[in-house]
Amino acid sequence: MDKKCDKKLGVFVCWCGSNIAGSVDVDKAVEEAGKLDGVVHAENYMYMCSDPGQQKVKDTIVEKGLDGVVVACCSPRMHENTFRKAAGSVGLNSYLLEIANIREHCSWVHQNNKPVATAKAVNIIKATLDKVKENLPLETLTIELTKRVCVVGGGIAGIMSALDLADAGYEVVIVEKEPVIGGHTAQVSSSFPYFQNISKLLGEKVKAVLEHPNIKVYVNSEVEVLDGYVGNFNVTIKTRPAFVDSAKCTSCGECLAACPVSLPDEFNRGLSRRGAIFIYNASAEARIPVLRQEDCRHFADFEQSQEEKCRACVQSCSENAIDLGALPGRSEEFVGAIVMATGYDLYSPANLPEYGGGTIPDVVDALAFERMLDPNGPTGGKVLCHSDGRIPKSVMFIQCAGSRDPERHKAYCSRACCMYTAKQARLYKRQVEDGTAFISYMDIRSDSRDFEEFVQVGMEQENLVYIRGRVAKVFEENGRLKVFTADTLTGRQITMDADLVVLAMAMEPKAGVRELAKKMNVTIDGDAFLSETHIKLYPVESSTKGVYLAGCGQAPKDITDTVSQALATAGKIQTMFSNETLIADPLIAEVKDDVCSGCGVCIEICPYGARVMNDFVRISEVNQAVCQGCGACIAACPNKACELINSTSRQFLRVIGDFTSKVKAVV
Amino acid sequence: MRYSYFPGCTLYTKAKKLDDAGRECSLKLGFELDELPDWTCCGATFPLVNDQHMLMSGPTRILADTKDRGDDKLVALCSVCYNVLKRTNHVMLNDEERRAKITDFIERDYHGEVEVLHYLQVLRDEIGFDALKEKVVKPLEGLKVACYYGCLLLRPVKEIGLDRMENPTIFEDFIRALGAEPVDFPFKIECCGAFQTVNSMATATRCSREILSNAVQNGADLVITTCPLCQFNLDDRQPEILKEDPAFTTIPVFYFTQLLAVALGLDSGNLGFERNFINPLELLQEKGLV
Repeated sequence: MDKKCDKKLGVFVCWCGSNIAGSVDVDKAVEEAGKLDGVVHAENYMYMCSDPGQQKVKDTIVEKGLDGVVVACCSPRMHENTFRKAAGSVGLNSYLLEIANIREHCSWVHQNNKPVATAKAVNIIKATLDKVKENLPLETLTIELTKRVCVVGGGIAGIMSALDLADAGYEVVIVEKEPVIGGHTAQVSSSFPYFQNISKLLGEKVKAVLEHPNIKVYVNSEVEVLDGYVGNFNVTIKTRPAFVDSAKCTSCGECLAACPVSLPDEFNRGLSRRGAIFIYNASAEARIPVLRQEDCRHFADFEQSQEEKCRACVQSCSENAIDLGALPGRSEEFVGAIVMATGYDLYSPANLPEYGGGTIPDVVDALAFERMLDPNGPTGGKVLCHSDGRIPKSVMFIQCAGSRDPERHKAYCSRACCMYTAKQARLYKRQVEDGTAFISYMDIRSDSRDFEEFVQVGMEQENLVYIRGRVAKVFEENGRLKVFTADTLTGRQITMDADLVVLAMAMEPKAGVRELAKKMNVTIDGDAFLSETHIKLYPVESSTKGVYLAGCGQAPKDITDTVSQALATAGKIQTMFSNETLIADPLIAEVKDDVCSGCGVCIEICPYGARVMNDFVRISEVNQAVCQGCGACIAACPNKACELINSTSRQFLRVIGDFTSKVKAVV
Repeated sequence: MRYSYFPGCTLYTKAKKLDDAGRECSLKLGFELDELPDWTCCGATFPLVNDQHMLMSGPTRILADTKDRGDDKLVALCSVCYNVLKRTNHVMLNDEERRAKITDFIERDYHGEVEVLHYLQVLRDEIGFDALKEKVVKPLEGLKVACYYGCLLLRPVKEIGLDRMENPTIFEDFIRALGAEPVDFPFKIECCGAFQTVNSMATATRCSREILSNAVQNGADLVITTCPLCQFNLDDRQPEILKEDPAFTTIPVFYFTQLLAVALGLDSGNLGFERNFINPLELLQEKGLV
């Protein structure tokens, strides 16, 4: 038997109306609890969480000078905070109060067996008392807070959250991989459900970002290293060499013509061609050419001497604005929060060779079709067959191309495709009045304001032909496209001709997001989408404190939802920034210096990056601001050198002992 | 290399040429197909009803026999046998409950140890198409081939996993190794009509006609298959197609092993082309290959 407890402990058993008292004999529980070691007070009450109930707890703490309290009631998720606050208000350190859950863990699951439920309740109370006996009084931790934000990705999600934060008075740094900000939204012609001009909407926001005194934009850049923790991140940003000096460049375009390289233009989805030096987005404000090192012959010819190497662009530039010897840049930014707005790519049509993806020129993806619809795009806004430039008289739009196909491609729905396909088909019909738009669909998902109406107008007034089924095959025959499909509403197989096929390809996370997520310590799901902490209640928080999510990097969504999420993220960060310092829970891991051997197992296992090696003394330390108290390091430590404060192995062994030792029959 | 070999019933009768050529070629290519003694029917269809275990007892016995003679690989040539054996083995490997029921019933100890291979898979994964190319003595230059896969060689892809089910390429890669040119053939996995040939011959005729017309349209000189039923439908339905449409261009349809035998320089007299409705000998002579 352990030595007698020298603490004065109080036990308060709640009836929770009949929720607990219906299955647990609360009088018996009080009687038994009163006999336990160290208990100087035990009572029960109908609703302990009510004001009079809380008052009982407070008064008793003062009257009897309690230095440990157990409230036996519902789950700690419900009222741990309530009772801890009550205890704190009368001077008892709130970490010396614990909840014994005798509702969810006991009365609710043993409803027809009062003796068993009562015995178990007493056991739970006893175990909790044993934990409280060794609890330490603790104070919350404070952490410094740098009120600056780094937004990774300059698409519509990044732009909107950056603007909101900058307007609130905080400095924002945007890191964008491409030469201009705007993301995929810049490729889109107009919006649904009101056909608004995207280049105008986006253009205004891009301008606002570029002119905002609180926003700094790094283009052609990526996050190289992320150090630190919530409130105190250190971001190292790597910027690709700026071969073209924007101060000298007059945007004359001579270098574009001089470049001997010809490649499909990514921004125009292969509908036009570009050189190794090119203008990324012809309708963007920044008309300074970019030189892409990996495409440039100057950098490809390792064998050649300096004189032999291609310098066509340099020679063509009358302003001497091009310097092929430019070096990459590196910058560091200190921020308190990070927004991951990394966005999406379309799943490549080459993954669908049965639809001619990547082989048949007149099979294009949905973004390519958007480029055709853009008046500033490669076709001047005209829908044309990519192969020969004729006007397509029949266009087959294939929805769910690569989506909702768990066997071979993506199991998820890409969410935006039903609506943008309806929009694209309607815009096509406006342009080619005698043309026919066929839409192959599985289900129509038009679940937002005015969306269903938008699709209905297309079906009923604009004669879009919706065919429910999945296309089996698209192939060329006698110079035309043949489409095999089925109408599953009539149960008939259909073979039809088409001039152009548009694939609404699945959205997938941006390439390279796995590596980035690892750097950021953010968890991803099986499809590499960034995971939120809780899908309902914490939808924009990542698994790492201080790193937030916005846009398609988290899951496929349309512009409407992306902007909502981006603004939610900005709001969350402003909430955090409304404090001068951050407060952290002290229930975290600690290290016994004299036992730690510096093996580093805990550093590998920590999912939050909270364990760091102190190389001077070879002892692993805990970063108090980052540790979430999950206990992974405690389980992993071969020397038992780490402990969770107030959940030590000693405490838990006693708790387990209480539950596994022969229980004396109470009744 | 030596493999246990399961010919199956059709390869002893109607599809003798698939079997003969396959065995002869294996010797040329340096691997031995050692026929499983006392083999029985594979069942010919894989049971799609979950508790229809009886139909799996036959194929399980075949697999257990292979294991008991000390082999870990079993080669099949017929698409149907391959499909049934491979899928049965998938159950043996992954479904403990069904495995226990079947093995208890046939009183055998089998846990899915044998790997079921198609002959084409041996050529691709064990021999290698590059090595095959070196053994070719008569490259089939100028021969345009439509590679017809049918369904059973590929589906269901999760259990079979030989190649992609919508756009397979193993056959084309094989054909290139022989020096011939595979044509673009969008109908390469369309249904041949299969067993409908028994109760609705018109259906099988229509299916075959669409497939063959597509092959002809894309400039193919011949169609090759791995499946006796596909070969039967595509080849033997041509008289009916001709009756319906005298303008229809006939095209020889034969087994991939027969073409392999030509490329390896084996005696064309033994290839059994005379059994084909459309005899390809004339075509092969024209191209100077036999």
